Amino acid sequence: MTSREAMLKEIRTSLKRETGTPPPPPPPVRLVIPKVDRAAKVDSLLSKVAALAGKTLHASSMAEAREYVAGVIAGKSAVASNEPFLKEAGISTLPGVQCGFTEEAALREACAVTDFGISSATYALADTGSLVMISSLNEARLVSLLPPVHIAIVPAERILSGLDELYMLVPKPSDISSSMVLITGPSRTADIEQLLVRGVHGPGEIHVVVVD
Amino acid sequence: MTTVFDEKIHSTLGDSRLQLAIYKATGRLMENRKKVVADDVLPDYQELRQQAHEIKRHAINHLDYYLEEFERNVQARGGVVHWCRDGQEVADVVLSIAKRRKTGTIIKSKSMATEEIELNERLEHHGLESVESDLGEYILQLNHEKPYHIVAPALHLTRYDVADIFTKHLGLEREVVIEKQTKIARNIMRDKFLEAGIGISGANFLVADSGAVVLVENEGNARLSTTAPKVHIAVAGIEKIIPRAQDLATMLKVLGRSATGQPLTVYTSFLSSVRRENEVDGPEEFHVILLDNGRTKVLANESKRESLFCIRCGACLNHCPVYRKIGGHSFPWVYSGPIGAIITPQFHGVENQPKLAFASSLCGACGEVCPVKIDIPKVLLELRADAKEKEKEVASNQLERAAFQVFAYIASRPKLWRRLTGLAGTFNPMGKQANGMAKVPGFMKLGPLQEWLSERDLAPVAPKSFRTMWKERKG
Ligand code: SF4
Repeated sequence: MTSREAMLKEIRTSLKRETGTPPPPPPPVRLVIPKVDRAAKVDSLLSKVAALAGKTLHASSMAEAREYVAGVIAGKSAVASNEPFLKEAGISTLPGVQCGFTEEAALREACAVTDFGISSATYALADTGSLVMISSLNEARLVSLLPPVHIAIVPAERILSGLDELYMLVPKPSDISSSMVLITGPSRTADIEQLLVRGVHGPGEIHVVVVD
Repeated sequence: MTTVFDEKIHSTLGDSRLQLAIYKATGRLMENRKKVVADDVLPDYQELRQQAHEIKRHAINHLDYYLEEFERNVQARGGVVHWCRDGQEVADVVLSIAKRRKTGTIIKSKSMATEEIELNERLEHHGLESVESDLGEYILQLNHEKPYHIVAPALHLTRYDVADIFTKHLGLEREVVIEKQTKIARNIMRDKFLEAGIGISGANFLVADSGAVVLVENEGNARLSTTAPKVHIAVAGIEKIIPRAQDLATMLKVLGRSATGQPLTVYTSFLSSVRRENEVDGPEEFHVILLDNGRTKVLANESKRESLFCIRCGACLNHCPVYRKIGGHSFPWVYSGPIGAIITPQFHGVENQPKLAFASSLCGACGEVCPVKIDIPKVLLELRADAKEKEKEVASNQLERAAFQVFAYIASRPKLWRRLTGLAGTFNPMGKQANGMAKVPGFMKLGPLQEWLSERDLAPVAPKSFRTMWKERKG
C-alpha cells in the first residue's frame, strides 16, 4: 500500500466514510460587501497605507503621478513592471528606469541591484490598505519584492471595498494566475524583543499613488 | 521529544528576566488582538468565528474528499502532490528532488509542520544546507533551539542573546542594535534566496477548489522562498485544508487579528502552480507534501477531532496563565500552550504524555479567544480522563503537583491573574463564591491537592465538582 492509500484509508476509517462519497454542501460562503463610494474608498486606502507607515499620494492625473515618481527616485535606478499605463504615462521611461523584462533571469539580476521597484496593482483593498498583485506578463512577482522600495501606481477604479469584494470578483485566483499576493504595508518583523523593524526581506518602504 | 518538563518549569519560574519577557510579549499580543476584534471595530467578529469554525468542521469531517479534490487541482496545473506518513518520508521526497535538481542549498520559510518533523536536521544529516529565512527562526536555528511560541518563535531571547548567537555562530563583531541585527540577517539571506535551488514553505491553508497553498507572513521571506528558487515545496499538515478560495475571506480575517492584531498580515500569498506561460517569473516545479505524522489518529475520536481545526494563531498561548508562567520550552513538543497540551498527547499517545493535559487551569480563556472556536477546555478534560484510564496515576499526580505550584502562585494573586489572562471581568479565577480578596485566604486554606483541583475545575459557572463530572463521564 502506498502512503497515499494508507492515509486515505485511515482517514476514511476514522471518519466512517466510504470512498468517493461526496460531502453535503459546505456552509454557505460568507461574503459581505458594503456599499462604499469611490471617494471614501480612496480616502480609506490612503489612510490605511499611511497608518502602516507607507507614503501616499492622491494624484489627479498620470502626469502628477509621474512627477511624484520622478521626485522619489531622483535619478537613482528603478525597475518598472510591464503594465502598459506606466509606459503611456511616461513613468517607465523616466531616467534611470529599466523596464520591458520578459525573461526571469534578466529581471532577477536587475531587481537584485536596483533601488526601486515600480508596479501597478490589479486591485487595492480600501479597508485594509492592501495592494492585490496578480502575477502576469505585465506584473512580475519580483518587482514588488526584491528592491528595497516599492512604488505602486493604482487607478482609483481598481480600489475594492475589501477582501470580500476581491473574492467575489476573483472566486478562484488560480484560474487566472499562479500567484496572487496581497501586500499590506512595508515588510516588517518584531521577532527580537517585539521591536518593530521595517524592511526585513521585502521592501522596507512602500509608496501608494492613487490616480483619480 | 524531550522530558524536561518539570525541570524547565522550575528554571523558567525562577528566571525573572524571562518571566518579564514572556509577560510583556504575550501581553502586547493580547492587547493588539483586543483592539482589532472589539465590537466597534469589527461588529461581526463572533459571526466570523462561527463561520470559521463551521468551515473547518466541514473540511475536517470530509477530509478525504477535500484532499483528493486538492490533489486533482494541483495536478491539473502541473504540480505534484506527495502523501507522507512521517518525517522520514518527507525528507525522502525532498532529498530525491534535491538530487535530481543537483542542488545542495535549500531556503526555508517558517513552518510548524517542518519543525514538528525536524526537517532541517534530517536534511542536514544528508549533507544538504537548509536555512531558515524568518528572522526569529534563523536565530533559533543558529542556536539549535525549538520555537518558544507559534507566532513569535524567539520570544524568550533578548537583543543581547541575539548578539551572542550572531557572534558565536557567524563570527561577527558583537552587534546589539536590533535594526542592525535585522540587517545582518537580511544580507545573509539575500544571497541564500538567490542561490538556493529549492525553497521550502509551510502552508497556512490548502485550498481544495483551487489546488492552492496560502501563506501569511510579515517579513517577505516566504514570498522570496517561494518565488526565487526554481523549485517550491510546500509542507503542510493534512488538516490545513479548506474547501473554497472564498472561505479565505473569513479565515484570513480571523487569523491575522488573532495572531498579531493585524487585519491582514503584510503578505498573503495564494500560490497554485509553477510559473505559467503568460508570466515572467516564478518556480519551475511546484510540490505539495501532505503530512500525516499522527493526524489521522486524531480524527478517530469525534469529540476531540476539533483539535485539528487549529489555524496556529497563537492566541491561546498568549491568553493562557500557565503558558505565561512556564513559557514555551516547558512543553515537551514544538507546540506549546493550550494547543500543545491538547494535540501533543493525541499525536503521541496519551500514555506517552499523560501529564500534559494537566498543564492548564481550565480557566477557559483559550476557548474564548480561539478564532475557530475549538473547545480547548473540553478536550483537556477528556484527555485527563483518558490519562487516568491509562492508569498512569503516578505520572499524572506528579504533574498535578507541578500545575499546583504554578496555580497556587497565580491564583493567590488575583490582580496578576487578571493581567495574565487579559480577560478582566469575563471570569473569575476564584469561582463564583469568591467575590473579592476576602475570600482568597479561605481558598488558599483548602490545602489538599484533590480539593484544590476540584475547586479549580469548578470555574465560575460549573455547578458540579470536577470529580463528579469525571465520574459521570466515565460512568
Ligand atoms: S487552538 Fe485556536 S487559539 Fe490556539 S493556536 Fe489554534 S487556532 Fe489559535
